[in-house]
Amino acid sequence: MREKVIYALGVAAALLLARNLYSIFMVLPDEASQGMIYRIIFFHVPAAITAMLGAFVAAFASIMFLVTKNFRYDSVAVSVTEVGLAFLAANLVTGSIWGRIIWGIWWTWDARLTSALVCWLLYAGYLMLRHAIEEPTARARIAAVFNIFAFADVPIVIFSIKWWRTQHPQPVFWGGGSIDPAMKSTAVLNLVALMLLAAVLVLIRLRQEEVQREIDSLRRYAHAVV
Amino acid sequence: MDTRNFTFMFYGFLAAWLILVVYVLMLVARERKISDQIKSLRSMMDFKDHK
Repeated sequence: MREKVIYALGVAAALLLARNLYSIFMVLPDEASQGMIYRIIFFHVPAAITAMLGAFVAAFASIMFLVTKNFRYDSVAVSVTEVGLAFLAANLVTGSIWGRIIWGIWWTWDARLTSALVCWLLYAGYLMLRHAIEEPTARARIAAVFNIFAFADVPIVIFSIKWWRTQHPQPVFWGGGSIDPAMKSTAVLNLVALMLLAAVLVLIRLRQEEVQREIDSLRRYAHAVV
Repeated sequence: MDTRNFTFMFYGFLAAWLILVVYVLMLVARERKISDQIKSLRSMMDFKDHK
């Protein structure tokens, strides 16, 4: 059943991405001052929202693990965090390339960029921490606490452009900015496509994590029996 | 079509997709590692049965 869901979501994501790429490059009007580079926003913003949503899900799963001690929540937390980290990396890199053209610099230490980089480093640290702890229960418990701690940076990333004056532009979609309706609908549709893609990757990673857990417990059992 | 900054837009899309492709390749490598572990576990069990 899960295989069919993964295939169905994968096909839906591929079709929607193909439609959106056609729209981004062939249909949408040019931006007056930025030239072609503005088209990066259709990947940059949806990748950031997908990563932040992943952080919410991972924090919720971590809390649920600490409450219930059900390892399934631990598997969800690690799967979502890993996929979210890939999307956040894509967001940071596309933003840096856009900044090189529009601001003339690859990077600046303003509140939004810095907090997003710290967020990426925290979640990378979460994954490294998991590798460093051998015992499964201790690993899951400590990782869950660390994940909740890392989540404290997420509201700072989201609201930094409201709280401080930043080099990063103010929000267009939720800050009173205006955008061409065709551009807005393409951005929303690409957000849906990237979320479908993220869901496919999370489901595949989740299955791997569950199988790996099963293998580890069987191996311990086999060694104990000898 | 306005073709200003085409090169950097291309780099942006290329980098974003490369990151996702590398992650998918990591998933494929992990899948292989898991199937190798299952094989070694099976052979371990068979060895114990023969013993």
